[in-house]
Amino acid sequence: MNLSYIYCFIGIVKREVLRFFQQRSRLLSALVRPLLWLVVFASGFRAALGVSIMEPYGTYITYQQYIAPGLCCMIILFNGMQSSLSMVYDREMGSMKVLLMSPLPRPFLLCCKLIASALLSLLQVVIFLLFAQLVDVDIPLIGYFTAIPAIFLIAFFLGALGLMLSNLIKQLENFAGVMNFVIFPMFFLSSALYPLWKMQEASIWLYWLCQFNPFTACVELLRFALYGQMNTAALMTVLIVTSIASIFALMSFKPQHGRSGR
Amino acid sequence: MSIETKQLSFCYGKKTVIEELNLNINMGFNVLLGPNGAGKSTLFSMLTGLYQATSGSIKINGYDLKTDRAQIMRSMGVVFQQSTLDLDLSVKQNLVYYAALHGISSSQALVNISEILSQLELTPRLNDKVRTLNGGHRRRVEIARALIHQPKVLLLDEATVGLDIDSRKMITEYVGTLCQQLGICVLWATHLIDEISAEDQLIIINEGKIKAQGVSKQLCETHKVADIYQLYRTLTANVELI
Repeated sequence: MNLSYIYCFIGIVKREVLRFFQQRSRLLSALVRPLLWLVVFASGFRAALGVSIMEPYGTYITYQQYIAPGLCCMIILFNGMQSSLSMVYDREMGSMKVLLMSPLPRPFLLCCKLIASALLSLLQVVIFLLFAQLVDVDIPLIGYFTAIPAIFLIAFFLGALGLMLSNLIKQLENFAGVMNFVIFPMFFLSSALYPLWKMQEASIWLYWLCQFNPFTACVELLRFALYGQMNTAALMTVLIVTSIASIFALMSFKPQHGRSGR
Repeated sequence: MSIETKQLSFCYGKKTVIEELNLNINMGFNVLLGPNGAGKSTLFSMLTGLYQATSGSIKINGYDLKTDRAQIMRSMGVVFQQSTLDLDLSVKQNLVYYAALHGISSSQALVNISEILSQLELTPRLNDKVRTLNGGHRRRVEIARALIHQPKVLLLDEATVGLDIDSRKMITEYVGTLCQQLGICVLWATHLIDEISAEDQLIIINEGKIKAQGVSKQLCETHKVADIYQLYRTLTANVELI
């Protein structure tokens, strides 16, 4: 591989990491949100929601333990959307032009951005899981290693989805509205907070919506990976949706979108 | 070192912004003069491949933009009208990032950066965050960034707008010197008449069309006007001048 591709990749990743650590509030909010869910929400709901023995857990688990993978995916979801928001911002402010002045192919540049964003998600999830240990969320050591590729794949998918959405959004002001129609339905209509059999008892059509939500596959993929197991169906689903989202994101990218492009 | 456009047009929806533009720009300092909304920035966006032409062709150093984009980008440096620096990063981090986008290693980038920053009298600001720099310094950083990969063609879109007299003078003189020393092709878009000298190659653009092209002194003689200001007014019928 040409060295210039490697330098470019390193440059883009380094820039995203530097920017992330410059914006300390971003790291803080990325961690505070799921920790609040884990500590406050889960404590309140653990009494109301009993979780029976289910895969991949071999025994009864606490509600905190159940929602931990969902909250990890929540971090990844927010980070993916935040990255796409920054893409819209970069496009509006003109910094996207700098990226596009590179002689390297645009799909490669966008992939580098997605990988950089995925690495940041990975970092945030690992930090969150370390904090989660303090509230009795037990993850076996092997789980940290088997979860890494799963987190990376999920982050790439959600980043690509965010990029695809950012391509559809012409102005920064429209972003918040669109996100509300994506983040919340994706999160709540999934197995992140409650097992799907509970949802099935409540409403069959909601259950099917959750089943078809790719975010459910993300949560289940990570839930199994955290315990050193493989959920093949979830993996296949995530691979397929990642491919589709990436192709659409790269194909629909138009640099002249946004206010700077009128 | 040349920029050539043939029958170049661009439309925003139904509005034609650039209309069948035929340009031939060679090595040296070339000024693109036109009022706000004349199509200068749109032309720059097309030359840099950010906008795709509705029709026509662009060739830079003999390479066609449609088929040889990578070759063109390797030999082109751009300073955009709007600041595109990352405010949260330092001058060095911004420049190293841009060098990386051009496939330059950070060690090589640091050598280039050191040389360019010393020419632009910015070495002491190397580790300062861009946010802490004033407008003039930020512009100089953008010029430094455009030069890191040693381009043969340099495009500057209203690079001195909003700057004080000293900063403007420093930047125009520096770019002029670059032209002479490195023999590069500079296209300098502006609407500030005092930045144009009698010997400069001048292109006047208005409503997306070329109104005149040639050495500014000769253009004044041809159009029988006393100075560039009169020439500009005659050709653009525009009184919105600075």
